Amino acid sequence: MTINPAFAPWLDPQAKPIIDFQSVTKNYGDFTAIDNIDLKIYPREFFALLGPSGCGKTTLMRMLAGFETATKGTILIDGQDMADVPAHKRAVNMMFQSYALFPHLSVADNIAFGLKRSDMPKSEIGGRVDEMLRLVQLGKFAKRKPHQLSGGQRQRVALARALAKGPKLLLLDEPLGALDKKLRHETQFELMDIQEKTGTTFVIVTHDQEEAMTVASRIAVMDHGRLAQVDTPDRVYEVPNSVYVADFIGDVNIIRGAVGSVDSDIADLKWSEGAAPIRALAGPDLKPGARAAFAVRPEKVGISQSEPTDMHNRVQGRVEDIAYLGNMSMYFVRLADGTLVKAQVANVRRISRRGITWDDQVWLSWTDTAGIILPD
Amino acid sequence: MRKLTWFNTVSLTLGFAFLYIPIVILVIYSFNKSKLVTVWGGFSPKWYGELLQNQAFLDAAKVTLQVGVVSSTLATVLGTMAAFVIVRGGRFYGRTLFSGMIYAPLVMPEVITGLSLLLLFIAIGMDRGVMTIVLAHATFSMCYVSVVVSSRLVSFDQSLEEAAQDLGCTPWDAFKSVTLPIIAPAVFSGWLLAFTLSLDDLVIASFTSGPASTTLPIKIFSSVRLGVSPEINALSTIMIALVTVGVVTASIVSKRAIAQQKRDEQMAEQ
Amino acid sequence: MNVSRKFLIGVPYVWLLILFLIPFLIVFKIALSDYAVSIPPYAPTLDLANGWQGILDLLSGLDFENFAFLLDDDLYWKAYLSSVQIAATATLLTLLVGFPIAYGMVNAPDEWRPSLMMLVILPFWTSFLIRVYAWIGILSNEGLLNSFLLWLGVISEPLIILNTNIAVYIGIVYTYLPFMILPIYASLEKLDASLLEAAQDLGCTRIGAFWAVTVHLAKPGIIAGCFLVFIPALGEVVIPSLLGGSRTLMIGKVLWEEFFSNRDWTVASAVAIILLLILVIPIVLFQRNEQKQREAGQ
Repeated sequence: MTINPAFAPWLDPQAKPIIDFQSVTKNYGDFTAIDNIDLKIYPREFFALLGPSGCGKTTLMRMLAGFETATKGTILIDGQDMADVPAHKRAVNMMFQSYALFPHLSVADNIAFGLKRSDMPKSEIGGRVDEMLRLVQLGKFAKRKPHQLSGGQRQRVALARALAKGPKLLLLDEPLGALDKKLRHETQFELMDIQEKTGTTFVIVTHDQEEAMTVASRIAVMDHGRLAQVDTPDRVYEVPNSVYVADFIGDVNIIRGAVGSVDSDIADLKWSEGAAPIRALAGPDLKPGARAAFAVRPEKVGISQSEPTDMHNRVQGRVEDIAYLGNMSMYFVRLADGTLVKAQVANVRRISRRGITWDDQVWLSWTDTAGIILPD
Repeated sequence: MRKLTWFNTVSLTLGFAFLYIPIVILVIYSFNKSKLVTVWGGFSPKWYGELLQNQAFLDAAKVTLQVGVVSSTLATVLGTMAAFVIVRGGRFYGRTLFSGMIYAPLVMPEVITGLSLLLLFIAIGMDRGVMTIVLAHATFSMCYVSVVVSSRLVSFDQSLEEAAQDLGCTPWDAFKSVTLPIIAPAVFSGWLLAFTLSLDDLVIASFTSGPASTTLPIKIFSSVRLGVSPEINALSTIMIALVTVGVVTASIVSKRAIAQQKRDEQMAEQ
Repeated sequence: MNVSRKFLIGVPYVWLLILFLIPFLIVFKIALSDYAVSIPPYAPTLDLANGWQGILDLLSGLDFENFAFLLDDDLYWKAYLSSVQIAATATLLTLLVGFPIAYGMVNAPDEWRPSLMMLVILPFWTSFLIRVYAWIGILSNEGLLNSFLLWLGVISEPLIILNTNIAVYIGIVYTYLPFMILPIYASLEKLDASLLEAAQDLGCTRIGAFWAVTVHLAKPGIIAGCFLVFIPALGEVVIPSLLGGSRTLMIGKVLWEEFFSNRDWTVASAVAIILLLILVIPIVLFQRNEQKQREAGQ
């Protein structure tokens, strides 16, 4: 979700990045945690590092905070090489996954902790603490100790503490991971609100793709220490550049085969003996004859009892299972060659009115631009 | 559900009777008027008076306290450092030897520790006295301190230190203003343990003390070898009373703190 | 960073090297030296002024004579054997006394347990010496136990307990009981009461279930407790000195007397080395037991 379509500094060659990773590699002994990464992040961005655990996203963030040093390459923050700058001298603050609230200090003292170690005059610290407490709506709790707060309140104290010094860059390590689902949704919007109010650059590490899609201006999908794709949420979802990304983000049908013809932006995929090739958007680096996979989201697959002759992409199959999810239903359709394809249909009518049921022969269809053919 | 059977009740009663009857008898007989320790001659606090007149005991008590305070403080500093090395030190040359030296004194018979230290002091020509007992006690009790502190450090969330550095602390400042206050209870229990071990030690002190530095246990041991004396009973009673008050107070305080913490957490979740 | 790390490692390291490792090597060296009527009472002594020659002279002067002496004189043999026997018997007695107490504590109501726990730990904080001393007045010929038994009429003349091995057993059981109770209590506390019910449901008698489930699950605690009692009991000095008789042979006491009464440092050092060698076996076994527990816990 891009809030402001005009905000796209990554498209502007003149824009100056606040973070610049230049060919950065990090090794732990034989293990390569970060593998030759180049990445620019721009001021005021809400940037998400997304990937499964062990993909290197946390290492990348800890290098920004100054808790890890790169084995090779350069990290610039605001144009300054960070190699010899220790953590405590960086204008970067971090919100920890465990929140890392100091248990022996009150909420106010936790927030004041960084301010007391900055050049802020003593007389102004109290005012700044109050301001931060208002920002996260915890004014009443200033005197409490961390163990006297609920999970959501602790999370907000951690945020206020990290923002108190007015850092150029705020790092958030799985900031919502410890909250329950409902609270997490509310807090996501609060985070975006606060980011906009303060104008700070946020870099968030998360394994939750829904969270990344909701909050981020851009997402970097990571895989084994590499950047699989860096793009806006809608592009990562609609035009993934690899099967890995397509599979990691959201629900997807994958049909494997070989590339037929490739036009400028449309390609054919031969996938089953005797079946018409699938026509879809062409992904990057497709060569005729090479192995490839067609990826299409279940909500873009139509289902009907009669043959939709006007569609190029149409296949027949048998309904194997139906999952009723309330607002929608998911149909699991087995094709003749054994492939299982999911089609998602919004439940705009009452359940009894819909005709398709178990074991019915049905047609699945999708437009030429609904899916994408990717190298496999 | 668990419930007490008659067998449990009997074993608890007999078990605690076994643990406490000797101590209770000791305390009662410290108020015995008679010099004969086995004959009850009526109630009298006179042995406490005599004890306070006994200069040799008072001197020994003074030496013991001096040794205890200095050696346990030294042991706490060294043991805490050693705990950090064990838990956080990573790999370094001679790590196995280091952890061996930390754990060995825990199982080493006191006679051997005492003998070996004495031979060292003689080899380097160091006169035996308060100083040598302090060094000896600090060495063996630092190992106990490091065990206590390292068990706390293992569960310490290191991101607290990182958070402190992230907010502008140097590593040393982060240790001082975050780590130390949080592990302070463990460090204090370590000190208390070291202090108790020092007060209690007879064997190592016997090897490493000089003629002018008799500690209380040495003094007690030499008079006890001659048999039971009501003065020693009085002294024992005082020591038992001090320890009991200390331990009971500490356990009530910590029990209250835990209960308070539980209440707070319940309140917070509502 | 690096300087502070070196300092952090260096200070306790150097301290332990000087005050633990080197003294230990000195004991070893003296055990290999010869007794001499001089100060210090052993020869050869290290003469570093002569450089390498001094060290070579020292090495050529060392031999295993003291150990051969220990082998010849059956006093030492007997002392070693009887130490092991006394420590083992006392450990078994401690287990027999300690297990029912730990078991009773586990079954006690929740609100009693912290207090019971404190009652077990409290003696540990009070002076060891005083706790041993307390038994002298009870066990002596005209002591309280004998007076009591005579008064009851159970015996007609005083039992001789003090200055026998029985008094030593009582002393060890009494002073080391907390070390037995605590690990057993810790492992029994994890016991789920429904396991016993399940065992009975599956056809065990109550005693069978107790044996198959409770005792079996407490095994790690029992083993740990036994080592925690056996290891220090083996090198015990105070208990055999105060409660034992002249015929109570324990190696710690022998070492003590060899050193303080006979002033034979070379033999005392050799005794120390052998005591340590005997201790290595239970210590290694104990370590392995702990290691296994840790791995099982993960």
